[in-house]
Amino acid sequence: MKRLETALRAVFGDDIKPDGHREPVTFTVPVAMFAEAARTLKESYAFLCAEWTTDDTNSGRGYGIYACFRHSSEYLIVKSELSADSPEFPSLVKHFVPAYRFERQVRSLMGVTPVGHPDDRPWIKFEDWPQDAWPLRKSFDASTRMARHDGEYAWLRAGGEGVYEIPVGPVHAGIIEPGHFRFQAVGETIVNLEERLGYVHKGIEKRFEAMAWETAVRLAGRVSGDTTVAHSLAYCMALESMTHCHVPERAQWLRALFLERERIANHLGDIGAICNDAAFAFMLYQCSRLKEAMLATNHRLFGHRFMMDKVTPGGVTVDIDLTAKIEILSELDFLDRDFHRLVRIYEESSSLEDRVRGTGILTSELARELCTVGVVARASGLNVDCRVHNPFPPYDSIGVDSPVLVAGDVHARVWVRVVEIRASMSIMRSILAKIPVGPIAVECGGVSPDTTGFAAVEGWRGEIIYWLQAGQRGQINRCMVRDPSSVNWLALEQAIKGNIVPDFPICNKSFNQSYSGHDL
Amino acid sequence: MIRILRQILRTGIVTGKTPQVDDPNIKTKGINLEDTVKKCFRRSLTVREVDAGSCNGCELEIHAINNPVYDCERLGIHFTASPRFADVLLVTGPVSTNMEIALRRTYDATPAPKIVIAVGDCACNGGIFGETYASLGGIDKVIPVNVYIPGCPPTPADILNGFYKIFL
Repeated sequence: MKRLETALRAVFGDDIKPDGHREPVTFTVPVAMFAEAARTLKESYAFLCAEWTTDDTNSGRGYGIYACFRHSSEYLIVKSELSADSPEFPSLVKHFVPAYRFERQVRSLMGVTPVGHPDDRPWIKFEDWPQDAWPLRKSFDASTRMARHDGEYAWLRAGGEGVYEIPVGPVHAGIIEPGHFRFQAVGETIVNLEERLGYVHKGIEKRFEAMAWETAVRLAGRVSGDTTVAHSLAYCMALESMTHCHVPERAQWLRALFLERERIANHLGDIGAICNDAAFAFMLYQCSRLKEAMLATNHRLFGHRFMMDKVTPGGVTVDIDLTAKIEILSELDFLDRDFHRLVRIYEESSSLEDRVRGTGILTSELARELCTVGVVARASGLNVDCRVHNPFPPYDSIGVDSPVLVAGDVHARVWVRVVEIRASMSIMRSILAKIPVGPIAVECGGVSPDTTGFAAVEGWRGEIIYWLQAGQRGQINRCMVRDPSSVNWLALEQAIKGNIVPDFPICNKSFNQSYSGHDL
Repeated sequence: MIRILRQILRTGIVTGKTPQVDDPNIKTKGINLEDTVKKCFRRSLTVREVDAGSCNGCELEIHAINNPVYDCERLGIHFTASPRFADVLLVTGPVSTNMEIALRRTYDATPAPKIVIAVGDCACNGGIFGETYASLGGIDKVIPVNVYIPGCPPTPADILNGFYKIFL
């Protein structure tokens, strides 16, 4: 059932052609029809996952603009080729809201113009950068030291009697990543929130292009340190799709085990932190105790608390033996018992309920329009989970209980996490019971020139997408990283409207998006 | 309420022993973190954490030194929301081009005498992100650093041990 592909073919007929045998299917359309193709896909209920550009000038072409769409389990990429002299394309903002940030980023970092985009302010690129600094272009030397220029960011303004502004960040009060939030408020009520991100832009996508395929997995594992397993896994799967590498089954099961351990640990941390923002510190300490137990076990069994660099192209680097299995099982019993008690306390605390229910509501309608993913989407009625729709072994045989709630408030986002922790525990038990024997890694093989790879993995925040492109010498020509935060940050701006300023921390924590994964 | 009390009693004290350091310098000088903090800082060593461009891995471990198992507050180390109250700046990440000014301002806002601790490989030398248009490299490229704690990320025990080095 290829709904999107059928829709596109029905409208465009022979004007479009699928590109080789690439997975997912990639259609090249004339640039004038780029937005029209998006509109057709929107009519077929597609989500926009990502939009990005490539610089193919070294291969004698111009630039490439790509947009990736999803409907249920089907992914589809639409591509247009742009001329090297005046690279521009019709903006998708009118059809897909998340294109708003993607295209600002495309213009800022690649110097490719989205025609018809309503906002020409740069994104990630700060106002003190030179105007013509486009780091993702091949002509830009990665080691350039940019001189600072004067410039001002044109913030959105709200006026009228009693309206005031609160600037927050980039250095926040807590131990969190840097970003700037600007609130316009009347009394305690937030009229508007404008996010400004990009403070932790480390040039990751550019850095990938200077690395070898095998070593770049270390960088993928550090795109967002809290999601190291899922990011390195997505990178590896994209690379393996290019080299047609068949990962041994045991390695795939171990990858799933690591992924679920990462999910539980982070969800535990989040539940504790959300409750702490409602002054329920008891929960923070209890949850961080459980999280610490898991991390300590990771350290003992796998040699790293976050399991960094344990997933590599072709497999994994660490195996489990019988003692490890027993240790994980007994830890699961302990977690299960204590977590159950904590959830009961959460449920029965009326003062907590008062803060989390009805706060920071993201309606299903908005969640859909904004193409949100992961926990945030599932708390607002969207049934999206790569483990369900695009399962890799063992998820295809184990089955995943992925919760969907409709309230869209802080409580719903907590509750999705609660259900997911329980589901992950049962997945881990199934993995340990049925894990096949065999090798844990194979040689990944070389990358052919001019190929592309793609993978989507459900990290604990949501769907992570990697798209890799090999150059003419078989080197990394482009590595596109789409962390769930790249789309979900927009949803926070919408969910916070009409809430009171003191509820911002609890709302923000319930989203808990990555700054590093977004800024790259 | 009764469930909360019962859970607290059931949990008991989970805090582990103060981490023991292997550094021979610290051993011969017989430094004890708790006593030194008590003596030199009146039992209150106040820390402001600054993420200058990290991947969030180091932040998770800095969070962890606050958890009940490591519980840095028992040693008199606690975190503050403002650099104005801080004795120590705990800085992570390579310094990103976009965070350079904010880091300098935070440093300037911290009253002297001040101690800067660079946490993690990236903070020590730029790590995997190196020195590029977007990353200036280690923290000492921008502000003076007193103590380096390497690791990717350093474990909570490593970070606590790093505090000993202030007193060397």
